[in-house]
Amino acid sequence: MGRVVVDVMPKPEILDPQGQAVAGALARLGFTEFTAARQGKRFELDVDAEVTPEVLERARDAAVTLLSNPVIEDVVRVEAVPG
Amino acid sequence: MRIGVVTFPGSLDDGDAARAVRLAGGEPVRLWHAEPDLRGVDAVILPGGFSYGDYLRCGAIARFAPVMSEITRLAGPPEARSPGLPVLGICNGFQVLCESHLLPGALVRNDHRRFICRDQRLRIERTTTVWTHGYHDGEEIVVPLKNGEGGFVADPRTLDELEAQGRVVARYLEVNPNGSYRDIAGISNVTGTVVGLMPHPEHAVEPGFGPDLGPVEGDGGTDGLRFFISALAWLAGAGRIELSGAESSGVELSRAGTGQASSSRPSVAQRGAPPA
Repeated sequence: MGRVVVDVMPKPEILDPQGQAVAGALARLGFTEFTAARQGKRFELDVDAEVTPEVLERARDAAVTLLSNPVIEDVVRVEAVPG
Repeated sequence: MRIGVVTFPGSLDDGDAARAVRLAGGEPVRLWHAEPDLRGVDAVILPGGFSYGDYLRCGAIARFAPVMSEITRLAGPPEARSPGLPVLGICNGFQVLCESHLLPGALVRNDHRRFICRDQRLRIERTTTVWTHGYHDGEEIVVPLKNGEGGFVADPRTLDELEAQGRVVARYLEVNPNGSYRDIAGISNVTGTVVGLMPHPEHAVEPGFGPDLGPVEGDGGTDGLRFFISALAWLAGAGRIELSGAESSGVELSRAGTGQASSSRPSVAQRGAPPA
């Protein structure tokens, strides 16, 4: 059993209203040391075998085909993790 | 003329879109997301709503529905110089068109983070499309707008290209309701067959039931109807449109060979006609 994690973040130049809302709430709760927040997505893809380089390549393909929209998002991580 | 209206799980405005086609004089044909068969329709509308619950990203799952592979194939790439299947994507349909790469850019969450529902004034800036040739250049219309993720974004190069090629179909006036770059409410492909629009013309097709901001109460509310009349007229062979994008390559957007007499042109769809 293996697992691949894919992290997707909004591009820096694209407005991230959710991140801004989080930043605002953090400040209101007294977490004033955090000056900004951005919100992305984490996907966990499970496979019934070891995560081989081929599996990682398939995950990268899935990441740019479905899991992210390259117009507004960047895939920042595709990595095997303990399942 | 038969115009298909796709229903995805979570579509909301498919009924209103079909009704708009009927009120415009066409025959709506309901298409199901899981069926690749387009039932021989002449054009397609992707309606508003929340396909697949807006999971992942708005339109991201709908894009891979069986019906979309056929629509994408027949519509052709956005830079194509010869006209393909006419497609109008409204609201969620616009999001599906962008996710499908049938139009450039993307729609993101409103900059003010709230869902917005209002009667929205627009300026029609491209009238050389299948869906807007019944409007005057620069005509102002009011139709309902309702979205949570309606902010149109694209990189500056893409935006400049859209402007230079005259592919901004409609722009928001008075209020930018969602943070769309350059107040863009709708765009088209190069030939003007595929149009994506965030506001809802299908909710402004019957007197007394659409936004009515004219001088006489109750006489208006039909500003959206000509989107559908335009398409029907074009499909009938009367809408011979010269396109800015196609002109340079010597291509004219036309339905050559349909053999329709010019007398079949609905008068309301004639370019230069006054607002209905």
